Amino acid sequence: MTQVTPGLPALRRLGRTLALAGCLLGPAAAAWSDPLKVEIAFIARARAPSPPYVLDPPPPGEGADGARLALQENATTGAFLDQTFELQNIELAEGDAPAEAVKPLLAQGVKLFVSALPAEETQALADALKPSGALLFNAGAADDSLRGAACRSNLFHTAPSRAMLTDALAQYLAARRWSKILLVAGPGAGDAAYAEAFRASAKKFAVKIVAEKPWSFGPLARARADAITQSEALTFARGVDADLIVVADEAEDFGDYILYRTSEPRLVAGTQGLTPTSWHPTHTAYGAEQLQNRFIRLTKRRMRPIDYQAWIAVRAIGEAVTELRAADPDKIAADLQSPNFNLAIFKGAAASFRPWDRQLRQAILLAQPKSLIGLSPQPEFLHQRNTLDSLGADESESACKQGMK
Amino acid sequence: MTTLRNALRLALLAALFAGPAEAARIYITNEKSNDITVIDSDSLAVLQTVKAGRRPRGVRVSPDGKLLYVCASDEDGIQVFDTATMKLLRTLDSGPDPEQFAMNAAGDLLYIANEDNAQVTVLDVVKNQIVANVPVGVEPEGMALSPDGAVLVNTSETTNMAHFIDAKTFKRIDNVLVDKRPRYALFTPDGGKLWVSSEVGGTVSVIDARTRQLVKKLRFDVPGLTAEEVQPVGLRATRDGKTVFVALGPANRVAAVDAETFEIRKYILVGQRVWHMALTPDEKYLFTANGNSNDVTVIDVASLKAIKSLPVGQAPLGVASSPN
Repeated sequence: MTQVTPGLPALRRLGRTLALAGCLLGPAAAAWSDPLKVEIAFIARARAPSPPYVLDPPPPGEGADGARLALQENATTGAFLDQTFELQNIELAEGDAPAEAVKPLLAQGVKLFVSALPAEETQALADALKPSGALLFNAGAADDSLRGAACRSNLFHTAPSRAMLTDALAQYLAARRWSKILLVAGPGAGDAAYAEAFRASAKKFAVKIVAEKPWSFGPLARARADAITQSEALTFARGVDADLIVVADEAEDFGDYILYRTSEPRLVAGTQGLTPTSWHPTHTAYGAEQLQNRFIRLTKRRMRPIDYQAWIAVRAIGEAVTELRAADPDKIAADLQSPNFNLAIFKGAAASFRPWDRQLRQAILLAQPKSLIGLSPQPEFLHQRNTLDSLGADESESACKQGMK
Repeated sequence: MTTLRNALRLALLAALFAGPAEAARIYITNEKSNDITVIDSDSLAVLQTVKAGRRPRGVRVSPDGKLLYVCASDEDGIQVFDTATMKLLRTLDSGPDPEQFAMNAAGDLLYIANEDNAQVTVLDVVKNQIVANVPVGVEPEGMALSPDGAVLVNTSETTNMAHFIDAKTFKRIDNVLVDKRPRYALFTPDGGKLWVSSEVGGTVSVIDARTRQLVKKLRFDVPGLTAEEVQPVGLRATRDGKTVFVALGPANRVAAVDAETFEIRKYILVGQRVWHMALTPDEKYLFTANGNSNDVTVIDVASLKAIKSLPVGQAPLGVASSPN
């Protein structure tokens, strides 16, 4: 279940040699004098292989691979500072509780955890880690509740919240003056949450939801050629005067079915069509091409949002350790939330953590499957403190009552 | 041909002594249209556009003015052009993904940052032979050689360090942490200080080149812009060392900084997303490559005013000036 990825032993040796050389040089070497070992664990659920007819299935190692790449980068930097980094990868089998699975790691003294788990498990894991003073970085769950009423003082989020995603989309729609929206939500709990987030975004950026329709025709986007076509599914949007349909379909059951099948020609955005996302293979600006290439070289596949979010988490830890020359979780938590902390994440503006809910401030990409459409915040929207705070829950709106610890 | 060029040079020399600006060539690398724009610094007109390798980025002219070196990043090579004919002479083995490079005074060694490979390659251009590979941090980019040729500096964008390297033994001397995403390194003409721009950090670190201690951290408070829009990239110093120009990326400004008092004398509005810059040999003009507006802004150095913009290829990034 547990496997250890050593952090570039060759570089570590190099680091030691350097440290030795540094000692001979005298005072300049003081900072290198005590070697520092930083242990990080990545936790996600093991995934059953997808059947072959699933297009673009989630690959094995999703998330863990991003953490692995970031670990190499941390190790390269660490080699110059006599810091070593190690990553343990925990794959939870069905029925394994995350809080149980981390016990042996806590016993080993691991204090830094990154997860790609659903919201409830993320919250339970943060609570289980709290007594040990350990930190958890949520690289998977987009739920706004985790940043709101259910926030935890030891829980950081590198995954964007649903509110950030739908704000990014609504800003774009507002900037384009595509302001008449038909909102179609699926039956899942995530779909309801996505639709709720979009309603709030529409209000915030003056985009009008002219009608809402629930999707009740089943997973037609997954149906194959022999499936029965339902006439209601082709006509449900008839007569609604909308510029665009926003779909809330996190399971990818129907959003792709709607596009090109409506009575009147309608664009589709949301979870399908034009999607707001933290990362996309078409994004190459702001040096992103280098990160894309490094990831492909390491994994022989393209970087996905969860990989990117796990990469950010491990890089944020690395940056804090580099700055602090320490791996104490309390110090890391304080450093990450200080106004001076920033992180280069290949989307232009520097990322940082909001101290009121420990959500990473980051730009959001808007993309269709093979083309990048834009990057939010849109230039039309300003903010008195940081334009990235126009995405997601701002300080005054935050329901998180657990501030800095 | 040589006679003609000598004659031209004499004419140029004559022109110099006669007073008015000498004509120099300015070379712009266009990252996305894969070509080089050649500009005449006297008439401020585009003379020609020459096809280059894929993704041309870093660019320099040899000390004698005869050769133009261009990183073809996506072809893992450095192309060498004859400046007289703009014909491609050969392609040098640069190591993978070369981005920026420095050159020694003799013009026979190139020090190349291999962005995708976390190393610096030292290349003998006469023999087309790699002399050394120096491992550095993740995403090496900025390269600078001290004026006395003794110290080489590389900045690594993801490791956030300026690596000081002994230019004879190619051993690292020191690693200095700077702000996020260091892009460019520049020694002052007297070799006393090293300036490093941090694109995401939004700052320029001025480091004492001898003690390697931070002397000053420059911030750029451009009226009407948010801090995130200020992303310092390219740096150029006047020969007297008194002024350093800082290209501020998507802030669409070049800052003219007094290099002694660190006072920002002026923000000059240029095209969109300004990357790198070059001064004409007479230091009358500064040329800036504006990556998003696909043009070059010409700044009059005496008045610190933008006087002209010239359309070039797609995504202009690098700028070099002929030495005479």
